[in-house]
This record gives sequence, C-alpha cells and structure tokens, in this order.
Amino acid sequence: MRTGIVVFPGTWSDRDCAHAVGEILGEPVRYVDHRERDLHDLDLVILPGGFSYGDYLRCGALARFTPVMEAVSDFANRGGLVLGICNGFQILQEARLLPGALLRNSSCEFRCEWVHLRVEQSDSAFTLDSRPGQVLRIPISHGEGNFFADAHTLESLERDGRVVFRYCAPDGRVTAAANPNGSLRNIAGISNPRGNVVGMMPHPERACEVLLGGDDGLAVFRSAVHALARVPV
Amino acid sequence: MYRAEVFVTLKAVVNDPAGLTIRGGLHALGFESVKDVRAGKYLVITVDEPDEDHARARVEDMAHQLLANAVIEDFRVELRPEPALQSPSPARGGGQGGGGS
Repeated sequence: MRTGIVVFPGTWSDRDCAHAVGEILGEPVRYVDHRERDLHDLDLVILPGGFSYGDYLRCGALARFTPVMEAVSDFANRGGLVLGICNGFQILQEARLLPGALLRNSSCEFRCEWVHLRVEQSDSAFTLDSRPGQVLRIPISHGEGNFFADAHTLESLERDGRVVFRYCAPDGRVTAAANPNGSLRNIAGISNPRGNVVGMMPHPERACEVLLGGDDGLAVFRSAVHALARVPV
Repeated sequence: MYRAEVFVTLKAVVNDPAGLTIRGGLHALGFESVKDVRAGKYLVITVDEPDEDHARARVEDMAHQLLANAVIEDFRVELRPEPALQSPSPARGGGQGGGGS
C-alpha cells in the first residue's frame, strides 16, 4: 500500500501517521508537500491532524485551496483511498469531498482523551477489518469536532450507511454521556457514497501500539491494505 | 476604492457554543436581560474597484468561495467609499484595537 501523507504548514500528526503505516504495518510511505500536484504513485492519501494554516478563518478553510487538494480531489474521484483525520476531516469537508461541518466543541474546551467508537458499517475502505457494532478505543484531540449537518444531509448519511463511527460507551451503547463534543447523533466519522473517502475526528495513528495505550487504531490502516487487495484501484 | 465590512455569523439552525458561553458570562455579571448571544467574525476588506456594484460583486464572490462556509454560516456585506488620497491610510476613526476575532 503506497501511502502519501500530506503536510501543510501547521500539520502535526504526519510523523505519527508515517510511524503507524511505515514502521508498524511496514508499508511504503512518503510525505506529500502541500504544493505537489502529482499523486499517481499512491494508493492511499492521508490528511493528518494538526492546525493547517493556524486554523485561520475556519479549520481547514485555507488548506482547501492548496495545489495538493486539487490533486487529492481528482485522486478521490478516481477511486483512490483518502483518510482525513481530525484537521484532515475538516479539510475534506471544506473541500466538499465530505458533507457537513465541524463546529466548536459544545463544551468550548479542547478535548484530549481516550474515547470509544462503535463501528457502524464495515463497507468503507477503512472499516473492512471491523464488524458492525465492534467497539474501538481510540483517542481524540480537538477543539472543533462537533459534527453538524442539516437535517436532510443527516438523513441521507444514515439512510445510505455513511456514518462510519459513533462515540459510544465502552459497552457500545450510544449515549449522550459518551459524546465528547456535542456531535449530532454522536457522529465521529463518515464516508463518501463510494466508501473510498473517510473522515474521522479520533486519531487511529495514536492507537497503534499496546505500549502506548492500545492498538485498536491499526484496524483502520489494515482495512485500507485489505481494501486495496480486494478492489483494484 | 471601497471598504467592505463583512460579517460572518452562524446560521440560526446551528448551535453556537461560544455564544452560549458568552451569554453565561453576561448572566454571571448580572446582565439578566440578555436572552441570546451569537458570536461571529468581522472582516474589513479594502478593494480597488470602479464602483459600488463591482465592489459588492467581488466581495460577495470572496465570501462565497472562502470567507463563509455556506454549510454553517451566513454573511452580510456593508460597503462605503474609501478615499484613496493619503496612500498608507490607517483604519478610519482610530482606536480599533481588540475588535478582531
């Protein structure tokens, strides 16, 4: 799985992603500068977390207009796998590759803590290795992860099975108490209709080694490897 | 030359945690009459356009493309002519520190 990790000014999780995919899974990885336009050598593009362009104006608003995002858009439309994590999720929404928006957390606090996610569907490229209803323990680290979409969009996401992850209690129940940021319907991650583009607020790359607190996040990256083996891109 | 003031606010249907927190602070200070607070962004943009129609069209285009996110935000543009006589013109009226978002 040839993986590219996009680096914008202010990105901060790029090396954690490279460690997860390159060191732990042993797949080839390269960094992709935000000025690059050519992604033809890649199978998977990761937009990592951080504060691209200082979060100025809106999270992800300025990253959207970089040369590399034009290439990422073409790459996604051709069926390439794209994973947006945290700020990467915000960028995918600004670029209209995923619907909705991420508002300030309802608590107005930056939340950095371990949460539980219920896998809602295993059809996306990043959940093939999970089963629906499975609970993953993965950390979050954000101030603006409060998922919002209008009622019509929300209904179509639910109807089409595009809600990928929901915040839940350790036993898998989706409760208000398990919602760390006020997201509508506890939504933590969604996909595009084709399932090759996924955005999620939690950080799977920070949950890839038991030594560091857990390795449930590996399932997300392993799924991508299996998605590529199953469906030629 | 025109000076555009752009006000970007969350749509009425979008929850505004910052506004709610500010409302709580105002209540704590004794301003019980405060019923609602909406927080937003304020931008001042100076554009070199020949007339008001052109200036408005350009600034609205900017708002659609970048300044506001139509999924969650609305915007309003107020325009006034900006005399371009003195070249490095400071913000008119002065004393505007702390107005930014």
